[in-house]
Amino acid sequence: MTASATASSAGWRLKQPSIIPGFGLTLGFSLAYLSLIILIPIAGLLWRTAELGWSGFFAILSDERTIRALYVSFGTAFIAALINVVFGTLLAWVLTRYRFPGRRLIDAMVDLPFALPTAVAGIAFASLYAPNGWIGSLFMPFRIAFTPIGIVIALIFIGLPFVVRTVQPIMEEIDKEVEEAAATLGANRFQTIFNVLLPGLTPAILTGFALAFARGVGEYGSVIFIAGNIPYVSEIAPLLIVIRLEEFNYAGATAIATIMLLISFAMLLVINLIQAWSRRRYGNV
Amino acid sequence: MSDNRRISFRNPADESFSTKLVLVALSLAFLAFFLFLPLVSVFVEAFREGWGTYEEALVEPDAWAAIQLTLTVAAIAVPLNLVFGLAASWAIAKFEFKGKAFLITLIDLPFSISPVISGLVYVLLFGSGSLLGPWLKSYGIEILFAVPGIVLATVFVTFPFVARELIPLMQDQGTGDEEAALSLGASGWQTFWYVTLPNIKWGLLYGVLLCNARAMGEFGAVSVVSGRIRGLTNTMPLHVEILYNEYNMVAAFAVASLLALLALVTLALKTFLELRFGAGAAGGRH
Amino acid sequence: MEVKINNIRKEFDRFAALNDVSLNIASGELIALLGPSGSGKTTLLRLIAGLDFPTAGQIFFGEEDASRHSVQERNVGFVFQHYALFRHMTVAQNIGFGLKVRPSASRPPKSEIKKRVSDLLDMVQLSGLENRYPNQLSGGQRQRVALARAMAIEPRILLLDEPFGALDAKVRKELRRWLREFHDRTGHTTVFVTHDQEEALELADRVVVMSQGKIEQVGSADDVYDRPQSPFVFSFIGESSHLPVEVKDGAVLFQGQPIGISEGADAAGDLFFRPEDVVLTDEKDALFGKVTACRRLAGTRIAEIDIANNGHDPFHVEVEVPLHAPVELGSEARFRPTRWKIFRK
Repeated sequence: MTASATASSAGWRLKQPSIIPGFGLTLGFSLAYLSLIILIPIAGLLWRTAELGWSGFFAILSDERTIRALYVSFGTAFIAALINVVFGTLLAWVLTRYRFPGRRLIDAMVDLPFALPTAVAGIAFASLYAPNGWIGSLFMPFRIAFTPIGIVIALIFIGLPFVVRTVQPIMEEIDKEVEEAAATLGANRFQTIFNVLLPGLTPAILTGFALAFARGVGEYGSVIFIAGNIPYVSEIAPLLIVIRLEEFNYAGATAIATIMLLISFAMLLVINLIQAWSRRRYGNV
Repeated sequence: MSDNRRISFRNPADESFSTKLVLVALSLAFLAFFLFLPLVSVFVEAFREGWGTYEEALVEPDAWAAIQLTLTVAAIAVPLNLVFGLAASWAIAKFEFKGKAFLITLIDLPFSISPVISGLVYVLLFGSGSLLGPWLKSYGIEILFAVPGIVLATVFVTFPFVARELIPLMQDQGTGDEEAALSLGASGWQTFWYVTLPNIKWGLLYGVLLCNARAMGEFGAVSVVSGRIRGLTNTMPLHVEILYNEYNMVAAFAVASLLALLALVTLALKTFLELRFGAGAAGGRH
Repeated sequence: MEVKINNIRKEFDRFAALNDVSLNIASGELIALLGPSGSGKTTLLRLIAGLDFPTAGQIFFGEEDASRHSVQERNVGFVFQHYALFRHMTVAQNIGFGLKVRPSASRPPKSEIKKRVSDLLDMVQLSGLENRYPNQLSGGQRQRVALARAMAIEPRILLLDEPFGALDAKVRKELRRWLREFHDRTGHTTVFVTHDQEEALELADRVVVMSQGKIEQVGSADDVYDRPQSPFVFSFIGESSHLPVEVKDGAVLFQGQPIGISEGADAAGDLFFRPEDVVLTDEKDALFGKVTACRRLAGTRIAEIDIANNGHDPFHVEVEVPLHAPVELGSEARFRPTRWKIFRK
């Protein structure tokens, strides 16, 4: 190694020295696999979009049906994530703080949306909330299934564990002393919860919201059965991609996919920023 | 307690009994509508016409083919992602290097991409309009609307599960054990096999369970690349959809009930691992 | 504010953490609750604050029965062991919290809160840090924020749980002195919990020594060190050794032999003495044993001596010897206590 190479390697170094072997092998394999499975295919998608040019891209995106589909996807995902923030936080509280029969079972069941295949959830919701279903019939003549409300219901199911599982560990770490401190300073229970505990949970709640929202926007399997899929009304963006593909309209599918992908990236960025901000300010998430 | 005026005082870091009751009841009602009833309805619908019809729906040749295909796809996709998960978490947890945070973000990427897009990228890569597709086809290799495409899409979607489970676990454990083993003369492989692996085995198992559940249950990505050829490229979730759209409810829910059972077994094992080996064995978000 | 604790009993699941504890604290006094872990000292502090409620007994603040009031109504300043600062609030927001949550009728206007916070920051010497978050402060600074926050509500008494427990040795010493000055300046009735006797003896007007849910002794530093009233206090505070003895006809006998010291009434009991209250002697009536270890301690030496016990495990005692005394490892040393106490069995 030449002197200049030594000098430069002291200034910039890929990895800190370590006696543990296997760095080259494991990182090399990981990067190769990541590139083959994820990065190259995504790059292909972006490449196809670039071929459309700005005008072609915007022409597809400004199509009324596309706009409505994106609006439905983002709107329902947003509402569902909001509802999940309320009930997910409540559920996390009940599970961490209270002891009641069946708590363990319920705690385990919160992960059901992670484990249950989306198509199964989809047909179950569709038949439950259909006008002749167990729950749907209770609400007649108000219709739940085959409207955007049905989509929101499916997305609440999909997003719930994201909020609970992000908030729960932070809640478990709350030091009882903090609540007692608030009480000695004269705060009643309501003030302690809303002025002390919830603000401390804000980063976790926001992260949970962002995760549930991101997942909801892209969700397909659990939604299409209950949505009714009426163009302009209850047609979600991922379904429109599938429809465009079936029409062999690759350009149309690609453009919608790209805009959704970009928004996913933005959401990831937001999540990372929340976590970094929270770490900087509060020491941890 | 003789002095009953004190009974009204409760722990200042606690809610009153009635508040608790209301909150628990509210949570249970919410869960009933969004978790329990849908789950129960799957089994009720599946057995609506009795065990005989249920069994028939499962042994029907197309359903049986779908079950076999689903098992095959999972048997390929899960080991691939297991190897990747081990390699990536070793590199990330045991070393400090530039761009690590970015790499972790990339690994998480499939979590935040719509499954439909995960399928679409392979359609674009291997479809008739692409460069690769026709070229492979000239050698007789079919990717799209065939098993390889389904495997690829499944690998994409289940890519982060094992790595996501292992990275925080291995980061928590640090490098002390490995350094000790190496200083005692163990080789790299011996260190991994005798020291690292026993430390992470439960987390690894949990990651594999989740990865498997998702691999068998994936719908969106697979539906885009499969072409849904009955008996050939139809996985169980796709078969559920076809049956449902044909208004063959009992058969649809019968196949769905198998998948629901898989989910329940996964959750039961997860809970068991947590109870048995502490929360550290199974945690993290997915 | 004068505090009176009357016959307090506290059970946790049938286990008595405190058993019939009574204590009077004078207004403006600085009191240390000292004891090993599990002695009930923190439980007592939490009962005074109203964070827990006694199973039996009463606590009076002046003439008022505090046991009738919840923690919110008691108006006590409590500084928690790990400070329990609100990490999403700035230093100023932390300190102002107790004023902000008051019902609107008694809540001071914003400008008044701001002024109070700035005065308190001055008092704890943290001016300029009001917009920092707890995470951005050192341990000692967090401590003082916690104290300022507790003082903001103008508490009737100030309670501190292991106030220096989480700090490193140097900061601990500084803050100890600072807290004493702070107390002398503000004159609040203050109770703090510690397991560090040095801290208790140096800082407190009176030390309450606790063990197994009971108060063993209450007194000044001199009282508990020089006039311990129970075997526990004798052995818990400072260094000491003890031996089983008998008193017969005024003479103290160890293993049936006189050891050259005398006591009033006849009895059997344990003889306690401190390492520094010992002289070496050549006389026949004395304690003697084999020197098993010798170590230097500042200006003197400490000799560890094993006294034979008829084939059982030997008695182990420690005595302080002059630097140049002829005490060698393995040799026999003869000594007598000069100050001692015999606790009857």
